[in-house]
Amino acid sequence: MKTTPPKRPLQFLRWFCREDYLEEIEGDLMEVFVSEVEDSPSKAKWKFSWSVLKYFRPGFIRSFSNSNQFSPMGMYKSYFKIGWRNLLREKGNSFLNIIGLATGMTVAMLIGLWVVDELSFNRYFKNYDRIAQVTKAGNYEGKYYMGQKYLPFPLIEELKNTYGQNFKHIVPISGPEGFDAVLSTEDKMLTRKGMYIGEGAPEMFSWKMKYGSWNGLDEIQGIMISESTSQAFFGESDPVGRAMKVNNHTDVKVTGVFEDFPKNTAFYGMMFFEPWNFYLKYASYITRQGWENNFLMAYVEIAPNVTMQEAGDAIKSAEKKATQNLDFRKQDGSEGSDVLLLPMADWHLYSDFRDGELQKGPIQLVRFIAAIGVFVLLLACINFMNLSTARSERRAKEVGIRKTMGSFRSHLIGQFFSESFLVVILSFLLALIAVYGVLPSFNQMAGKEIVLPLENKWFWLSCLSFTFLTGLLAGSYPALYLSSFKPISVLKGTFRAGRYATLPRKTLVVLQFVVSVGLISCTAAIYHQLMYVKDRPVGYSREGLIAVRKKSEEFNTKALALREELKRTGMVTEVAESGGDVTATWSHNGGFNWEGKDPNFEAYFATLNVSPEFGKTVGWEFVDGRDFMAEMASDSSGIVLNEAAVKYMNLKDPVGKSIRWTNRSWNVDQDFVVLGVIKDMLMNSPFEPVKPAVYITYGYERVLLMRITPGISTAEALPKIEKVFTQLIPDIPFDYRFVDQEYNSKFSTEDRIGKLAGVFAVLAVVISCLGLFGLASFMAERRTKEIGIRKVLGASVLNMWRLLSQEFVLLVLLASLIAMPLAYLVLEEGLQKYEYRTEISWWIIVLAGGIALCVTLLTVSFQAIKAALIDPVKSLKSE
Amino acid sequence: MAQHSLGEFEELVLLMVAALHDEAYGVSILSGLEKELGKSLNISAVHVALKRMEEKDFVKSRFGGITEDRGGRRKKYYVITALGKRVLDEQFALRSNIYNRIPKISFG
Repeated sequence: MKTTPPKRPLQFLRWFCREDYLEEIEGDLMEVFVSEVEDSPSKAKWKFSWSVLKYFRPGFIRSFSNSNQFSPMGMYKSYFKIGWRNLLREKGNSFLNIIGLATGMTVAMLIGLWVVDELSFNRYFKNYDRIAQVTKAGNYEGKYYMGQKYLPFPLIEELKNTYGQNFKHIVPISGPEGFDAVLSTEDKMLTRKGMYIGEGAPEMFSWKMKYGSWNGLDEIQGIMISESTSQAFFGESDPVGRAMKVNNHTDVKVTGVFEDFPKNTAFYGMMFFEPWNFYLKYASYITRQGWENNFLMAYVEIAPNVTMQEAGDAIKSAEKKATQNLDFRKQDGSEGSDVLLLPMADWHLYSDFRDGELQKGPIQLVRFIAAIGVFVLLLACINFMNLSTARSERRAKEVGIRKTMGSFRSHLIGQFFSESFLVVILSFLLALIAVYGVLPSFNQMAGKEIVLPLENKWFWLSCLSFTFLTGLLAGSYPALYLSSFKPISVLKGTFRAGRYATLPRKTLVVLQFVVSVGLISCTAAIYHQLMYVKDRPVGYSREGLIAVRKKSEEFNTKALALREELKRTGMVTEVAESGGDVTATWSHNGGFNWEGKDPNFEAYFATLNVSPEFGKTVGWEFVDGRDFMAEMASDSSGIVLNEAAVKYMNLKDPVGKSIRWTNRSWNVDQDFVVLGVIKDMLMNSPFEPVKPAVYITYGYERVLLMRITPGISTAEALPKIEKVFTQLIPDIPFDYRFVDQEYNSKFSTEDRIGKLAGVFAVLAVVISCLGLFGLASFMAERRTKEIGIRKVLGASVLNMWRLLSQEFVLLVLLASLIAMPLAYLVLEEGLQKYEYRTEISWWIIVLAGGIALCVTLLTVSFQAIKAALIDPVKSLKSE
Repeated sequence: MAQHSLGEFEELVLLMVAALHDEAYGVSILSGLEKELGKSLNISAVHVALKRMEEKDFVKSRFGGITEDRGGRRKKYYVITALGKRVLDEQFALRSNIYNRIPKISFG
C-alpha cells in the first residue's frame, strides 16, 4: 500500500513557503515520511503536519508584497519605473520638459502669491468684515460723485451722537498718510511717522500688543508706539510709563507697544499713535470747523447686531438731515451729500476714486498679472503636451505591443498619466526650490513682503491641486491620444500619423506664440508709455532741489536767519518757502471770480502759496508777465497762473487783470492782480494732465526749498547745509528730501508693472522657445534619412535649413498675425486709464512679432543646421 | 566575530555536513545526527540551521539528481566551505584550549 502524505499541510506548505526552498523541503519531508510510514502511518502523518507547521517562520515564508494580485500597487510601481526609465532614456527631452514646466510653475506660484497678497490686504485685522470707512457722495452739476473720503468735523460728531447705536467704534484719523514727527527721550531723538487716531482704534483694529493694553489711547497725554520704535528707544525693556517728547514741546507718556503692521495693511509704516482727544485739545480750531470744511477721515466698526448694509442705510442721509435747517444751506440752496460706508474689503482695490468715479486700475492690474500667470503656465503645459505627442510615434510600437499583450486601454492611460505626473512632480519640487530662491528679489521688484507660507495648509492644498491639475492637463493629450492607437496597424508598420495628426500640435504652437507675442507687445507698450511720460516736460528743474518739511514753528520765526545763513555757505543759490510740496498738490480751492466768468461756473484751482523767491528757486518759466518780486510790497496781492489755468478760465491777455478770491477757511476776500503766466508745472501724477493752478504769496509756512549751486556735489553741500540747520534749530533733526527722487517715486507703480511684465514676457518667450527647440530637434531626428537622401541627391545646407525651418517660421508668422490685432485692442483699452499717454504705434506690435520670429529662427536654425551638417553616409548607414 | 557565530545545534549540523562530505543533504544529515545523539529530531530544525549557515557562507549547496522515494523532487546537497571549516577549527581550538587548562585533579 502506498501512503501519501496528508494533502492539506502540503498545500499549506506550498502556499507559504519560499519558492527556492520549496523543492528541497518538500523532498526531504517526503523522504522522512516514506521512511516512517511503514511503522505507523498516522504517526508519520502527524509528524509531517507538525514539521510543516514548524517551517512557518520568517526565514521560510515568501514575500507576499510583490505578487499579491489583488492590489494594484505593483502596477503603479511599474508605471513609475517605466516612466523613470523613459525619462532617463531621453535625457535632453526630459530636461527641456522639466525645466520648461518648472519655470512655468515658478512664475505661476510667484504670481499666485502676489495675487493672494493683493487680495488679502488688511486681513491682518480681525474685524476685517465689520470695519468700514465713512465716505461721502453727492450730486454736482447733474453727476453723482462718489468716494469723497474727507469729512467735516460736525458729521463725525453727528454720527457719534445720533447714530451711535449702529457702531461699536467710530474712529477719526488725522490723515491716511500720517505725519512725520520728532520723537525724543533724554538721550535719543528720531523722526517717526504717526497719526492721531480715535481711542477705539486699538481694539477695533485688534492691534497685537507687546506691552500695555488696548486702552492706551484713553490717557490724553499718552502715546502708543510700534515695537520697532520701542526697540530703537528703549531696547528690549518694557517702556510703558516712560516719558517721551513729541516735536520737542509736548510731553507724553508711553502707554502701549504694538507689533509693527505688516506691509499689506492700511497702517503699514505707522510708528506711533496719539489720542484723537489730544489732537482736538491741541488744535482746538478743529472743533470750530463747520459742515463745509471737509478735512477729516473716519473709520467705523459696526455694532455686533447690525449688518454693514443696515448701518449704511441708517447713516445715508445723516448729513442732509442735520444740515437742512442751517443757514448756509438756505443761502446756496445745496442739499448736502449722502454718507456711505466703504467696507474694508474694498479699501485696497476698490477705493481709487477720481472725479467721483471708481477707478478700475488696481483690480485690473491684479487681473492682468493673474492672467499672465495663467498664460505662462498654459505655455509650459502646451510645451509638455507637444513634446509628448511628438514622441508618440516613437512609442507607437510600444503601445501596440502592450495592447497585444493584453493591456487594457485604461492601463495605458494610467501609464502615460503616471509619466506626466512624474515630470510634473519633479518640476513642482524644482519650482518650489526656485520660488524659495527668487522670492527675495521678487519682493524687491514687486515692493512686497511676501513669505513662502510653508505652514499654511491652504498653500499646500492649492499647490497640490495645482500640481495635480497641471499633471492632468499636461498628460491628458498624450494619455488619451497614444492609448487610442490600433495595435494591428501600428505593428504592421502601416501606422502613419497622417496629415492632420500634427494639426493639434501646430495649433498649440500657434497659441503659444500668440501669447508670447501678446506679452512682448504689452511689455514694449508699457515701457514706451513709461519713457514717454518720463520725458514729459515738468516746467521746472528738479536737479539739486531739496525740500525740508517745517516741523516746528521755529522754522518760521527763524526763516530769515536760515535763508541768510544758507546762502552764506555758498552751497545753495536760492532758498524759498511754500505751503506745499512741489511734487504734490495739497489744496484745491473754489471761490474765484473774475471779469467775464460764467456765473454758473464753479471754478476750482490747485492753490500753492509760495514765497517771492520760489520761482527763482525751482526755476519755473514764464510765457507772459513777470515773477513775484520780494521788494515790491504790492506783490503780496499778486497772483501767478499756469497755462492750464488760463485755458480753464478762458482768459485773453491775463496779465494785469484782477481775480477776486473769496474763501472762508482761508479767511480771504480780496482782489489779486495777475502778474504772470508760467508754463505748466507738473505737480501731480505725471500720467494726468496738469491741473489749473494759482500761485500766491500768502501763508507759505510748510516747506522750505533750496537749490544746490550747480557744479557742487550733493555730498559736499549737504554737510554744510545740515550744519546751518543744527546750529539754528538744534531741537529738530535735519530731514530732507530730494525733489527729483520724490518725482521719480511717482513712477514706482508703473516701473514695477513694467519690470514684472518684462520678466514674465521674457520667461514666456524662453518657455515657448524651449518647446520649439524640443520640437525642432525631434523633427530633425525623424527626418535624418530624408535629409541624408536629399544631400546625396545634391541639396545644399541652405536648402536643408530652409526645409526644416520654414514650417516653424510659418507657424510663428501666423501667430503674430493673430496676436497683433488682439494686442492692439488690449493695449488701447489698458492705456485708456492714463490721460497723458502715447499713441500705440503699429511698430511696437510689429516689433514684438519680429522679436518672436527672430528668436524662433535662432532656436530652430540651431537644430536645422545641426541636422543638415550630418554626413549622409552616416545617417543612411544607420538602422 | 559576530557574523561567524555558531550555535550549538548549528555546530553539530556543520560537523555532520563536513563528515558526510558530498553526501550531505537534509535527510542524511538528520539520520546521521539522530544516530549520534541517540534521539529523534525534526527535519525542520536541520533545515533552519542549514539555511542560516548558508546565509553565513559556512556551507554551499547544489541540486542533485531525482530519486524515486522523494516523489520526483531533487535532493539538495550541502558542502562545507573554507570559511565553515575555519570556523569549526577555531571552535575546536577554543574548546580544547580551555579544556586543557582544566587542572588535573581527580573528580572522583
